Amino acid sequence: MESHAWIPSLGVSFTLGLDGLSLLFVILTALMGAAAVLASWKSLGRKVALFHAALALVMAGIYGVFLSVDLFLFAFMWELMLIPMYFLVDVWGGPGRHKASVKFFLFSQAGGILMFVAVVALYVLHGRATGVYSFDYRVLLGTAFDPAAGMLLMLGFFAAFAVKLPVFPLHAWLPDTYTEAPIGGSVLLAALLSKTAGYGMIRFLLPLFPDAVRAFAPIAVWLGVAGIVYGGFMAFAQKDLKRLVSYTSVSHLGFVLVGIFTLTAQGLDGAVIQMLSHGLGTGALFVLVGWLEERSGTRDLDRLGGLWSMAPRLGAFGLVLTLGLVGLPGLGNFIGEFLVLSGSFHAYLAATIVAGFGLVVAMVYALRMFQLSFHGSPSGALAVRDLDAPQVLLLGVLVAALVYLGLFPQEVLKLLAALGASLGLTPGVMP
Amino acid sequence: MVESAIGLVLAPLASFILISFVTRRAAILSAVISIAAAGISFALSLSLLVGVLSAPAGAGLAAGAHASIQWLSIPSIGRFRGLEIAMGVLVDPLSATMSVIVSLVAFLVTIYSLGYMKGDPGFSRYFSYLSLFAFSMLGLVIADNYFQTFVFWELVGLCSYLLIGFWYAKPSASDAARKAFVTNRWADFAFMVGVILLFIFFGTFDFGQLSSAIAGARGSAMLALVAALVFVGPLGKSAQFPFHVWLPDAMEGPTPVSALIHAATMVAAGVYLIARGFALFQSVPGVMETMAYLGGFTALFAASIALVQKDIKRILAYSTLSQLGYMFMALGVGSMSAGMFHLTTHAFFKALLFLGAGSVIHATEEQDIFKMGGLGKKMKITAWTFVIGALALSGIFPLAGFWSKDEILFASLSSGHIGLYVLGIAVAFMTAFYMFRLIFTAFGGTAFGGTASGGEPTEHAHVHESGPAMTIPLIVLAVLSVFAGLIGSPWFQSAFGFSFGSFIFFGRPEASHLDMTTASISTVVALSGIFLAWLVYGKKLLKAERIAAALGPLYRLLDHKFYIDEIYAWVFAKIMLGLGIVFDWIDHYIVDGLFDGLGGATRALGRKLRLTQSGRLQGYALVIFAAVAIAVVFISTDLLGGFLK
Repeated sequence: MESHAWIPSLGVSFTLGLDGLSLLFVILTALMGAAAVLASWKSLGRKVALFHAALALVMAGIYGVFLSVDLFLFAFMWELMLIPMYFLVDVWGGPGRHKASVKFFLFSQAGGILMFVAVVALYVLHGRATGVYSFDYRVLLGTAFDPAAGMLLMLGFFAAFAVKLPVFPLHAWLPDTYTEAPIGGSVLLAALLSKTAGYGMIRFLLPLFPDAVRAFAPIAVWLGVAGIVYGGFMAFAQKDLKRLVSYTSVSHLGFVLVGIFTLTAQGLDGAVIQMLSHGLGTGALFVLVGWLEERSGTRDLDRLGGLWSMAPRLGAFGLVLTLGLVGLPGLGNFIGEFLVLSGSFHAYLAATIVAGFGLVVAMVYALRMFQLSFHGSPSGALAVRDLDAPQVLLLGVLVAALVYLGLFPQEVLKLLAALGASLGLTPGVMP
Repeated sequence: MVESAIGLVLAPLASFILISFVTRRAAILSAVISIAAAGISFALSLSLLVGVLSAPAGAGLAAGAHASIQWLSIPSIGRFRGLEIAMGVLVDPLSATMSVIVSLVAFLVTIYSLGYMKGDPGFSRYFSYLSLFAFSMLGLVIADNYFQTFVFWELVGLCSYLLIGFWYAKPSASDAARKAFVTNRWADFAFMVGVILLFIFFGTFDFGQLSSAIAGARGSAMLALVAALVFVGPLGKSAQFPFHVWLPDAMEGPTPVSALIHAATMVAAGVYLIARGFALFQSVPGVMETMAYLGGFTALFAASIALVQKDIKRILAYSTLSQLGYMFMALGVGSMSAGMFHLTTHAFFKALLFLGAGSVIHATEEQDIFKMGGLGKKMKITAWTFVIGALALSGIFPLAGFWSKDEILFASLSSGHIGLYVLGIAVAFMTAFYMFRLIFTAFGGTAFGGTASGGEPTEHAHVHESGPAMTIPLIVLAVLSVFAGLIGSPWFQSAFGFSFGSFIFFGRPEASHLDMTTASISTVVALSGIFLAWLVYGKKLLKAERIAAALGPLYRLLDHKFYIDEIYAWVFAKIMLGLGIVFDWIDHYIVDGLFDGLGGATRALGRKLRLTQSGRLQGYALVIFAAVAIAVVFISTDLLGGFLK
């Protein structure tokens, strides 16, 4: 816990805190940040320094989000992530980057503003009620609202998180942005930016507005379920490999939303593990797809094929990451999904069954993806060289982390058990 | 005992890791490691079985061993139950017997593969997968709770996927692998839901604790729901109707794999799970009846398709479906020993038949039996062992299949399922017929293929017997196919004081039976099946074409496997793909279009604002921000009033 006065007259302080939950995400950020840098080692071509500056700035924002205890600081960090991310897509992205970056910016900005309004309103309401004007999360905790105000404020926060996660149907920006972003950008977007939303929900939404959250939970769970199934079907229908992977994110992050809003310990733990696994697995998949595109010049599933025989190491990683997508036991995703489903069964039987059906859809799209790109015999037009040693090392570390999550989930859960004590969040007793 | 159990699971895992990361380039070394690991597993599982059986009779669970560690724990808070997941080993007669079967067949198949896969570019990869499979399957066998079972259940599914698609450059293999994995996922979805509900209702995944908890919940609706859901898992893994479609296609994998995974062990995992969780299923009569009739139906349905298949492996695959149906029928009518007994004998003779088929395919590079012929003279060991396997499968006294099949028939008779009894006898007739149709066509006759298929006859002048790596496993399995059934015979019981029932019981062992009526009927029926096959395909007194023509539509129905695959493909194409396309359209034109429209409007606004602002996006972001800030101040003036004072 590190605290400095920032704008004392308004009760704004520069307060950073670290507990089990933020620690997990800080580790993820460090790992995936490094991966983003290493993955874009060769592919940039132009304005390399500027790219890394922007990347670093996004990273700073992400770290800030995961560490802020002061809500003003949190909102500030939230915005800090946005602008350089916009440039990462807009300057170094693919052919459709301009449209994608604008879309990303508008969606995020709209959500961000609503959250900022909610932060200010929360500050004011709390100040009026108690006479203490502060943005400090610990001070604001336990503020009593009348139900309507609580719901409005909660929705303000939720709007920002829902865009970033994303929550169906606010995912419209995601496929374009993920797809058009350069490798490093996709990795940051998929692995980390979406996690800031899940983190924000667990850290701020649940403890600050318990009543509103409880009232809103059924809607959120069904939105999550809709995302799971919808994203799955969308992934199934894609011809562009990167776009396919983008839609799988919509599906997998749906589990995060469901898990959080089950308001049970299993659900929350599952959501966290699902976020970490998604960060590692899908982050690694974006790295892999990026490298694949660099080598083959295409992401078109109709033109790919036979990559396993051509590039066995690439194929092996492709296989493991595909298995991550289907939630195979032994990898973190399985634990996340299993915990989320076992948490949501308590209260949402029908929703859970539909969500479970998403796992069948996942099998369909993931195996289709793997078959079309890696199975078959190599076509003459395609020449792909295999991964070199540093690339194997990078993906190897990410996969090893994913396996660790799958085999020793208790190590992560241990960190989360201390969660309640450190920042007043007590998962499980919420409902 | 616990150490041995852990060791027998970990040895193949170590082999998998070693081959994948170290000896990948040293093909022969990889094979040796894999064989050694399978051998260690076999030796350890034998020691377990000996240990379990040497315990005093009636010792029950005390004869075995059970150890577990807590793997994942989420404490309960308030009225919400947490989650406790353990990983453990359960050694009892059932798991010890099953691990002997699995590791023995795995050991023999691994040796056999040394010859069969010789020269394949993926040699090391193949052996690493075999080891991974042995690890997963043995892990499933010794698991002490439903969660752990589910974990390994998925892993064997993965191995099956990898091995069916081993020759992934071939589109048919790749498709078959995907079909197997996806079909199983449908069933596993229900299975997983069932497992989660088990925990929610009973607070434990542990087999032992559950069986006592279930006893107290008999008759409740939720117990019925859970049992029904869990039951769907075995339906998928053991390829029972309507999930059977993946198994025949799975024959795209290398033949030793078909023997190990898709005949002897993995497909029997469903039967094993039902035996393992017998307390659960037994407590819900509806599920038991469904099991019996679905099994009986699958037995008949698959056997009828096998009558007309031309591909040697597909005939065996449909035969496997049919025999698994028998096992389900046995379990469904309440006889766990009969089901497990047939699983045991079937593992030996069906592995033998598949490996024999592999030997034939290896020599002729041909799978259509009507393009073979006269192989008996050129491949003596293969031919003789194959005939032994076929006799065992047909249930000819005193071979293995005779004892176990009669046990099933007797169980259905004595439990009052006369319909199933008759059905079982009909299936026995069909089984004998299709097996000897195969034998007379492929091994009998002249060196030139028959013309029943209408295809060009192929000369097999170069055909010769396979090497010792392949023939020795055949001989060992042939010996087992002859004698393994005796452990379930009354003679064995009177000589040693216990019988097969004691190998697997966790309640009271069932005694072995020899019902002379059933034995006579089934023998006569099987012999007449063989005789009819001889008339048609051996002597060619009856023309197969004429029979086919006489049967007309029925023949076409069988030939197209009742059009089930076509129906599924149609449903899949229309519904799954259709939904995908519809959603894609919605996403593109409605969700995206809506927001694109918003974006367009904002951009138009931005263009206007550009007259006053210099920047691009930052420009209007600033405007938006400022506007909102003003709005906030405006809305909350009275709130702020208090603060500004």
